[in-house]
This record gives sequence, C-alpha cells and structure tokens, in this order.
Amino acid sequence: MSSIEPVRPRDPRVPVSPQLALRVAIVSGVAMVMFGVIFFRLWFLQVLSSEQYVAQANANQAREIPIAAPRGAILDREGQPLVGSTVTNAVQITPAELPAGISSQVAEYQTSLDAAEAARREAVARLSGYQAALAGVRHPSHAQRHELKRLRAATGPPHVPVPALPRSDVQLRDLFDRLGRVIKVSPRTIDERVVESTTATSYAPVTIKTDAGRGVLTVLGERASEFPGVVQEPVSIREYPYGEMAAQVLGYVGQISEPEQKMRGFRGVKQGTIVGQAGLEYYYDEYLRGKPGEKRVAVNAQGQPVPGKLAPTPPHAGHTLQTTLDLPLQRASEKALLEGMEHARAGGKPAIAGAFVALDPLNGEVLAMGSTPSFDPNRFAKPLTEAEWEGLTGRHGDEPGRLTNLADEGEYPTGSTFKPITAMAALEAGVINPEEGLGAGRCIYVSTERFCNAGEDEYGAADLVDALKVSSDTYFFTVGKLANEHGGEIIQKKAHELGVGEPTGIDLPSEFPGVVPGPKWLVEQNKLEAGCQHEHHGHPCYIVAEPGEPWTVGYNMDLAVGQGELLTDPLQMAVAYSTLANAYRNGGEGTVVTPHLGKQIDEADGSLVQTLKFRSRHVHLNDADLGLVMEGIHEAASAEGGTSAEVWAGWDQEEDPVYGKTGTAERLGHVEQSWYMAYIGNAQRPIVIAVTVEEGGFGAETAAPIARLIASQWYGKPKKFIAGSSKTF
Amino acid sequence: MSPLSPIQPTDEAPASPTRTLRLPFDPLLALAVIGLGVCSIVTLKAATSELVPGDPHYYVERQAIYLGIGFVLMLALSRLDYSHLRRYRNAIYAALIVSILAVLGLGHSANGSQRAINFPLFSFQASELGKVLLILALAAFVVDRSRRLRERDTTVRVLIVALVPTIFVIAQPDLGSGLVYMTIACMMLFVAGTSWRQLAALAALVCVSVVFVLVAAPAIGVQVLKPYQVERLTAFIHPASTQKEAEARAREGKEVENDPTYQQEQSKIAIGAGGKTGRGPHASQVRYGFVPESDTDFVFAAVGEKYGFLGAGIVLLLYALLISRTLRVLVMAKDLFGSLIAAGVAAMLMFQVFVNVGMTIGIMPITGVTLPLMSYGGSSVIATLLGVGLLQSIYVQARASAALKGRVLRH
Repeated sequence: MSSIEPVRPRDPRVPVSPQLALRVAIVSGVAMVMFGVIFFRLWFLQVLSSEQYVAQANANQAREIPIAAPRGAILDREGQPLVGSTVTNAVQITPAELPAGISSQVAEYQTSLDAAEAARREAVARLSGYQAALAGVRHPSHAQRHELKRLRAATGPPHVPVPALPRSDVQLRDLFDRLGRVIKVSPRTIDERVVESTTATSYAPVTIKTDAGRGVLTVLGERASEFPGVVQEPVSIREYPYGEMAAQVLGYVGQISEPEQKMRGFRGVKQGTIVGQAGLEYYYDEYLRGKPGEKRVAVNAQGQPVPGKLAPTPPHAGHTLQTTLDLPLQRASEKALLEGMEHARAGGKPAIAGAFVALDPLNGEVLAMGSTPSFDPNRFAKPLTEAEWEGLTGRHGDEPGRLTNLADEGEYPTGSTFKPITAMAALEAGVINPEEGLGAGRCIYVSTERFCNAGEDEYGAADLVDALKVSSDTYFFTVGKLANEHGGEIIQKKAHELGVGEPTGIDLPSEFPGVVPGPKWLVEQNKLEAGCQHEHHGHPCYIVAEPGEPWTVGYNMDLAVGQGELLTDPLQMAVAYSTLANAYRNGGEGTVVTPHLGKQIDEADGSLVQTLKFRSRHVHLNDADLGLVMEGIHEAASAEGGTSAEVWAGWDQEEDPVYGKTGTAERLGHVEQSWYMAYIGNAQRPIVIAVTVEEGGFGAETAAPIARLIASQWYGKPKKFIAGSSKTF
Repeated sequence: MSPLSPIQPTDEAPASPTRTLRLPFDPLLALAVIGLGVCSIVTLKAATSELVPGDPHYYVERQAIYLGIGFVLMLALSRLDYSHLRRYRNAIYAALIVSILAVLGLGHSANGSQRAINFPLFSFQASELGKVLLILALAAFVVDRSRRLRERDTTVRVLIVALVPTIFVIAQPDLGSGLVYMTIACMMLFVAGTSWRQLAALAALVCVSVVFVLVAAPAIGVQVLKPYQVERLTAFIHPASTQKEAEARAREGKEVENDPTYQQEQSKIAIGAGGKTGRGPHASQVRYGFVPESDTDFVFAAVGEKYGFLGAGIVLLLYALLISRTLRVLVMAKDLFGSLIAAGVAAMLMFQVFVNVGMTIGIMPITGVTLPLMSYGGSSVIATLLGVGLLQSIYVQARASAALKGRVLRH
C-alpha cells in the first residue's frame, strides 16, 4: 500500500487517500478475479474439453444452394437477339416457415415413397428372374409376353400420389387456398409441389409459379404477412422470341440430367442447373451457361437451417454468343420454305418436310439454316406431357421428328445436284472429253438393267455443258459407267475431297456423316451384314439390300446421278458447292470450308471474349475443268432450256450470276424429293444455297423457287415465287 | 496486475530535472490499444472475408478506417487538457440526452432495435458515444458535489442523472448500453468515496429491481423488458430447459434464429473447438454463420475458434494491460475530475470485456454489449478510443503538473 501514498503532500487534488487506495484495490481485485475466471473457463473449454466441441462443430454443416446464372443471349450476325433470357420473380414457398402440418404430410409421403421403391426393387428382381427363365424360349407365348410387359411396367419409376391435405389442417388449407386464388394455381397443386420438393430437399424453397404477373407479385409483396413462408425469388427464363424459327439450330434448354452430369462438357455443373439440350444451346453451353452463384445455408445437427450472416455469392452471367446467322435472311428463308411447300401441296405433292442452308462460300459462315417441321423451344420451359414429347421426337408413321435438323441430319440421296461432282471427277481423271457428245437415247442398258432419263426424255448426244444444263441422266449414267471402268473410285474420291460423305465439322451437336458408296464401302457393309446376321441367328439385318452381292457398274451409274446408295444432307452439299465456288473464284485453288454458326463470344456487357476460329482444308481443282462445270450449271440456271432457267426469269444474271443445279431424288416408297443447289457469284456477297423438300416433287418446281426467294432476300430483290416446269431428275 | 505497484517509478521521474524529453502519452496504454486494434483487424479479416461477396475486405477496410479515425481523435484529445471539459458539463449532458432521443425519433431499426441514425457514410450509434459523454458529465457533476460526497442526497442525484439516459437507451432497446451506464455511475460513486452503507443500500436496490423486473413485474402483467431480453437472461439461468425447448421447436420446423441458448451454445462450441491453437481456416462455426454476429458481439468466439486458447489469451492479456493502465491513470490523476473520468472508463471497459467475453464462453447472459476495440463498428471503436484519449490526457496532465511541482519545489 505504501506505493500509492500521496506523492506530493501539497497536491491540490484530493490526495490518494487510504480510502481511495482501498477502493481501487478492490476494483483491481474484482478485475483480477474476473480475468481468472475467464482464463480458467477458457482453459476448460479449449484445452480440457476441446475434442467434444470439435465433434459438435463438425456435426454442424453448411449446404450450398445454387443461384441460377442468367444464361447468355444468342445473337445474329448484326447483334439482333435470337435467344434471350428474362428474369422474372418466381413465387416460392419456404417450407420451414409453413405451419407444422406440412411436416407430417411430408413424412407420410416419404413413407409411401419408400414403400413404392421397395416394391419397384422387388419387381426388378422378379423381372430379371422371369427373363432368365424365358431366355431359352425363341417364341414366347402371348401370355408370357403379357407377363413380361406387366413386369416391365412395374419396374418403371414409381408414381406415388401425394397424400391429400387433411381437412383438419385448417391453417395450411387456408394458406394454400388463398395463395392459389391469387396466383391461379390449384391449392392441391401447390400442396403437391411443396410436399414433393420438401421430401427431396428439406430446406430448399419450392418454386410454385414462375410466370406470375407483376400485379400478382405486387399483391403478394404488399400482403406478405398474410402469406407466411411465401417469397419471391428472381429466376431466369429462356426466351425464344421467334418461336419455331431455326429451332433445331438454336436448340433448347432444360435441367441437366444425371447422364449429362457425367459427360465431359458438363463437368462441375451442379444438379438443377439449366443447360443446353440441343443445337447451339448445347454446343456452346460452356460459354452460355455462366457460373451460378451460391446461397449458403447453415444446417445444424438436426438438419434445420440456421439463418447465418453469410452473404450469397452472386452468379456470373453467361457469355453472349454472336452467330453468323442473318436474322432477316433466316426469317425470309423459313417463310420461303413454307411457301414452297404450300405450293407443292397445292400441286398434289405431300411435301412433308424440308430444309435449307445458306452459306458464305468463302468462309463457311452459315447465313441461314432451317428445318421443317419445327417446334417451339419455348415449350421446354414447362414440363412436357408424354404425348407432346412423342410429337417432338418420335416418328408418327414416316413423319420426321420435329427435333431433327434435316439440314445436317437428313439422310438423303441428292439426285442430279450431285452431277457437277461427277463431272469434275470424270474431267480431272480424263475419263471423258468435255466436247464429246454422250448419252444419246432415252435409256441406257447395262446387261438386263435399264437406266433412263426422267420421263424417258430424249436429249440426244450432248456435250458436258449441255448435259449439265438439261440434266441429262443418260449422259451421266454413261460417265458413271466410264468411271467404273476407269477404276480407282474417282467419283467417290472427288465427293470426299469436296466435302460430301465427310462430317463437315459444323458447330452443332450432331450431324450425319454421309455415305458415298463405292466398292470398298460395299465390302465393308457386307462384312457388317454377315456379322450381324451371325449374331441374330441368320435373320437379315438389311444393312445391305442383297447381302454378299459384289459391286456392279450399276451402283456407280446410280451414284453418278446422285441416286442409289448415296446418302448426304443439304449441309454437305452446300460445302461441296462452296468448294467449287471458291475454287472457281480463285483459279482452281479451293477451300473446303468448315460451315459454322458461331462467330464470337462476348461478355454479357458486349465486350469481346474470343473470336471463334474454324479450320478449313485446301483443295486444288483443275481450273479449265472447273470452268466447264460452272459454265454448265450457270447455263442450267440462265440459258433457255436450262433446268431452272424459268425459275430465275427476270433475274439480273450480270450482277448476280446464278450457278444452279436442280435435283430430284427418288426414294423407294416416297414421292420424289425436290432439291436445288445454287451458288450466286456476286463479287461482294456470294452465297451458296441448298434447299430440299421431302416428297416435294421435281427440283425445278419446289426447291428452286424457294432458293430464288432466299436469294432475293439476300440481294434485296423483289420476291417472286416462280415454279419451273422442268421434269428432270 | 496490480495497478498500484507501477506508480513508484513515475513518481521518481519528475525528480530528475535533466529528463525533459517525455513521451506525450502513456506508451503501455497506447501499446494495449494498438495491439487490440491489430487483433481486431486480424480477426475480422479471417472471419468476415465471405460476408460481402466480391469484397472480402469490406469489414476490414471499414474497421481500419474507424480505428484510424479513432486514433487521430485519441491523439487530439490527449493534447487537450481534459479539465476544461468540466465547464461544458451541462452541454455535454444535453448532447447525450438529445442524441439518444434523436436516435429514438429518427433511428434506423436494425435487428428490431432502434440504435443508430444512418448518415450517408456511417450509421451513428448514439448510445456508444453516450458512454463517453455520460462519463464526462457524471464526473463533472460528482466533482461539483465533492464536498458533500457522503450525503445520501448526492448519491441519489448522481443515480438520477445516470438513470435518465439509461432509461432512454433501454427503451431503444439497448439493454447492454443501459447496464454500462449504470455500471459507470456505480463505479464513480464507489471511487468518489460514497459511504459503504449507501453502497450496500445501492446493491440491495439493484437486487430488488432485478427481481422486480424479472419476476414481480411480469407477474402483475407489466413487461419492463422485451420478451427476448427476459428470455436471454433466464436462458442463462436455466440453460438446460431452454435448450430442450429450442430442440423441440427445431423439430417442429420453427426458427431457432433468436433462440438465445442456441446462440450461446454455438459460441461455446466454436470457442471449445478452437482448442489450444485454433482451427484457422477450418473454423466452420464462424465461417458458416453458426455463431451469430461473429463480427460484432460474438467476435471473441471468432478469435477463440480461429486462434484457439493462444489467440484468446493474447487478447485477454491486452485487455488486462489496458484495464490495469486505466486504473493506474485513475490513481495518478492530478485532480478528482480526472480520477473519476478514469474510473468511468475503467467501469466501461471492465463491464464490456467481462460481460462480452463471459457471454461468449457461457458464463454471462447475452446482453448485447460490444467487445471494446475488437467488435466491428465505428461508433463503438471511436467511443472507446475517445475514452482512451481522455485517459491519455489525464496521464499527460498528471505528468505535467507533477513535473511543474517538482520544479517549484526545487527552486
């Protein structure tokens, strides 16, 4: 105590009296005791019982709920939106804030789900047992087949109805009734969604409605206290403003499926994320989907969410994809295709489906691409019924599925549009002399087979240019025959060289690789057929029509006119014609372009991320030979007597010379398929157009006028639909 | 730890006339304050990096700015002679009452309490600054009546002067600050020399009023405290029963957010899990928000979980240093006014440290007081540093007058 004795006796202040000293000592003592208590308590908590608390801390977990990122837009080449996203407020229910009755309902539903799952497993076991028992039976009886079907049906995903909300739960019923009246959803549906979702993920908010109007949302917001647990959460919805236009090209979106989650392109994508399912949406999904944000919900050992202070990580918007498509051209082309098909139908042709491609022949940019019948991708925003889904994918009778992009997935013979390829092959190989007249007569006979001109017309002996102009089949049958005799698969090789029968490498998820039949191909097919038949106990697999038969000259003659076993699609033909076109412009040095739809990837704010690059392949063509071929198809589209000259009547051939070839493909059991291939040699804006209409009749009557409409849009010419009368294949 | 022992060397200092160069402040006090500021930044950097998405330094930057402003004010205040402030006691008291009333009137409601006025850049929490204002006003008032300190009348008046702002802040409702105000008043009476009898009567009065507020008043249907405040206090008294209640509610799917036992339990788990040296980045209790308010009221839980016994010990030692230096300033002050200010600051610091830390380790009820200098928040940080600035001023003045007297004596 001596130390706190007054220092200066004359200190004007009240000296540190014993009284003050005592009191300060007491305060110090209190402080020391307190610090002591705290230190011992900390020692107890952190040193003596630490393990117990670590275990308790580990029992607490945090779960992460993704916040969807706004998906990037898809634009046309000028920046016009083709696909966009809008953010709307979804009406959601937070299950934890609902009256208690919901949890008993969830428990009840969970019980019946478990029971159904147990029953399903039992059915799977019984089915495999029954299948094993039937394994030796070649022809099961009707009763056995019925039993199999019944068992199979029982193994499907169980359908368990949500138990009805008990009448006694007045609180919950009243809430759902009132909410249902406001958002126009039946109370039963609300209850079902809440129960189903809560069973799956107990803490996540349940989306009840995504397209509630602004007025409804305002009402819910203003009267929030009357709707406990009901919240509004912004969700992003994909919008396709042009509906069916280019639907197969653009694709559609949907929640990622389990198999998709295992795919490489979707690595790290969380469950529930909306991803592209087809078309560009799928191909460029990595860029478009963005990065979802996260809301972190802490969940304690009882599984109850704990409102923590963790702010959500905001989502990163997806990148914008600028495509090479030209919106006005795309719209006009779709319209033209439908118009042409209408005309064909008016002329008695079924015209069941069609497709078109417009390419820039110099760089492979796809200016327009479409397939009909189409679908509205907006429909995938809501769950589809089974019937709707079948209408989109399945083929009713022979009708193509609407999801199929016939422009790059169609499998067609091309008819006479193939002839320029045959001509190039034959000329370069020296099989024919272009000046020499060939193919006189209506038909050509090879042993017992007859190969005739369409309508058994007679063109007389024509030289190459004329043969192309009038599309003489007898001429090209002869070329096919000569080429076969020459050997070395010259037509097949030329087709592959120009891009037919090869995957084009377009930036779409699927394309048909094509088939250009040749002797080697046939040997392979025969091998496949033999293997397949062996596996199926001698039943024919129909990989080839006549198994074991060798290659004959007839195959080559059919190929020479784009018939027979040839299968390709408008896109490959457009690539082949682009190669001819750019080689023609460049003294025979051609480029096999990779057709592509992607132009560049932009940030959501418009700044450039990356320009998309596509490889192309160089090809050398004999300039003189190419000149003759191009002259032939130019005359076909412009000179009197040309197969499509009538269609281009009044067209300015000086400024925009048309190199066009009609085609009429014959498919067994179908009305003729109308084809038209055109290259328009405008100095600045060249374009290659491919059009085909299944069961649309002759090339000149349906496909060629459609091509003219497309070209008219591209060059800003008045649109006239002029059906040609040429009845050539 | 005794605040009394270090007085010896300083008393010798003035005796040596050659040593004219002196630090213009108490270096140990400054060291404690700077150390706590650093601890605050380090803890907040680790505990709040995920609170604001895309801006991991949101809290740290602001806290650093508040600390910076506080240090500047502290240095400025240490250069002033605090004794001038006695003249403005009425203005200070008026400012105290007006600011608290203004918050009640214009305040912005956070977490159901109206404690702050939102200005464009910061929100002003009057009750925090009010602590310093009340210390100054009360000290001046007690000095005015220093000749009649032993009278019951003085004790009653002092208590009334303190009770008026206390009632207003409790009405905000900010029970924690209210309790700090009353603690300040009691400490001043204690240090000023109020008789033991009156102090005993005061203690009895406190007991009676606690019983009244918690038991008697609810029984006759008058709710003095908000239900949650009562719950917090009683939860501390019967943790087991409220814990069971909370679990039952959790099973029914009700919110456990405001469940005080739950909060305290999570805080205890966090500190316990910290162990000897802490869990560092794996401090899930803080990271995932199981510990509520881990940047403000429960910042000590963040220290405990992240840096363990070691980190918590360092922080506590810094507080021990701070408080011991405050008590030392109390005894060396040149006049009663200075002593009383130091007593007030000591009361403020001790109450807040013990109640806050005690709350996070489960030995005190949850009362919503901040941990001085550690908790995130401009008002609290700046108010505490103003208090420390006053201590520095008292220290400087005491040194100056002692030196002067030394010279006078010598000549």
